[in-house]
Amino acid sequence: MNISITELNDLISREAHDDASLIAVLESVQAQYRYLPFEALVLASERLDVPLSQAYSVATFYHAFSLRPKGKHCLHVCMGTACHVRGSPQVFDRLQTKLGIKAGGTTRDRTFTLETVNCLGACALGPIVVTDGEYSGQMTAQKVDVLLKRVTKAEG
Amino acid sequence: MIHLTIDDHPIEVTLGYTLLQAAREHGIAIPTLCYLESLAPYAACRLCLVELVGPRGSKLVASCAYPCEEGLVARTRSDMVLNARRTVVELLMSTAGHLPAVQALAAELGIPAPYVTLESNDCILCGLCVRACREIVGVGAISLVNRGMEREVNTPFQISSADCIECATCALVCPTGAIRVEQFTRPARTMHTWASAYVRRACRLCEYEPPGSPFPKDYRELLGVHDT
Repeated sequence: MNISITELNDLISREAHDDASLIAVLESVQAQYRYLPFEALVLASERLDVPLSQAYSVATFYHAFSLRPKGKHCLHVCMGTACHVRGSPQVFDRLQTKLGIKAGGTTRDRTFTLETVNCLGACALGPIVVTDGEYSGQMTAQKVDVLLKRVTKAEG
Repeated sequence: MIHLTIDDHPIEVTLGYTLLQAAREHGIAIPTLCYLESLAPYAACRLCLVELVGPRGSKLVASCAYPCEEGLVARTRSDMVLNARRTVVELLMSTAGHLPAVQALAAELGIPAPYVTLESNDCILCGLCVRACREIVGVGAISLVNRGMEREVNTPFQISSADCIECATCALVCPTGAIRVEQFTRPARTMHTWASAYVRRACRLCEYEPPGSPFPKDYRELLGVHDT
């Protein structure tokens, strides 16, 4: 992946005010590149005058930040109690099989990232799969196939 | 001057003192693992918890970081405090029960064995090395990374740190000896716990490389590290 230093620098200039802007800058980078490139952490640490170790510490602490590229489409499967007893493990299994990745993983072509989450608070709709922020309720293994087909088709 | 009471002793201190400093200066013993005089308090180990008695009941506070206020009533050996201290030590023993520092605490509190054991680890995540590297040496080559079970002290990207100056201050302040230093030749050292092998450079406190032993006597004094 080609990371443009100019682009990174512009992004940092937009978000940065002082060394307290580290998280704001990293959030911007994550939104733009779907992960935090090594170059971004080094540039951010130099321009905001924080040690690289601190930038790395922040990057590894928050789940919102990723050091490896996330897929274009993020699938979150709710594993909360209600969804669990309604069959979310089977839904998750189906996704694992169809995509060929495990929890937290990303497909090799970087199209899909699969993750489990704890409870979305929409238990009446369970089991739930969230695709790029869109909630799909009452999921079954069969509906997984339909969902994946729909997303892949929209890709073109 | 501020007046407070610790263990029924009336105590007078100047503004800015923490409960721990006030207690220790008056001969009241409070155990700590993550505290060092020359570093800002971090309140990570929770061994220093003391009970503050208030009008609406008691609460536990980390004495290393709690500033003295007029009229405070603190207890350092009440049931509440000893229970909390025992819990902290029991948790420490689950991964660090093999360390002399932890065993000493366990013996003092009368804890025979931990109720759970996890993978053994020399590092107790007290953060002293990270804080010393940042606050005293001024470099910040290491930090606490990840969270939960994977939390550890490491260099950025777990590769050799370009910022590390091989001063070995981290090894000096480590209370458990989790950091290994190896002196190869007079100027060159390797920090073993994370890959870092360069020629030693001067830090911001000394303008030249100190000769002789890795830790000159006055450097220990400067850091407030005492031989236990």
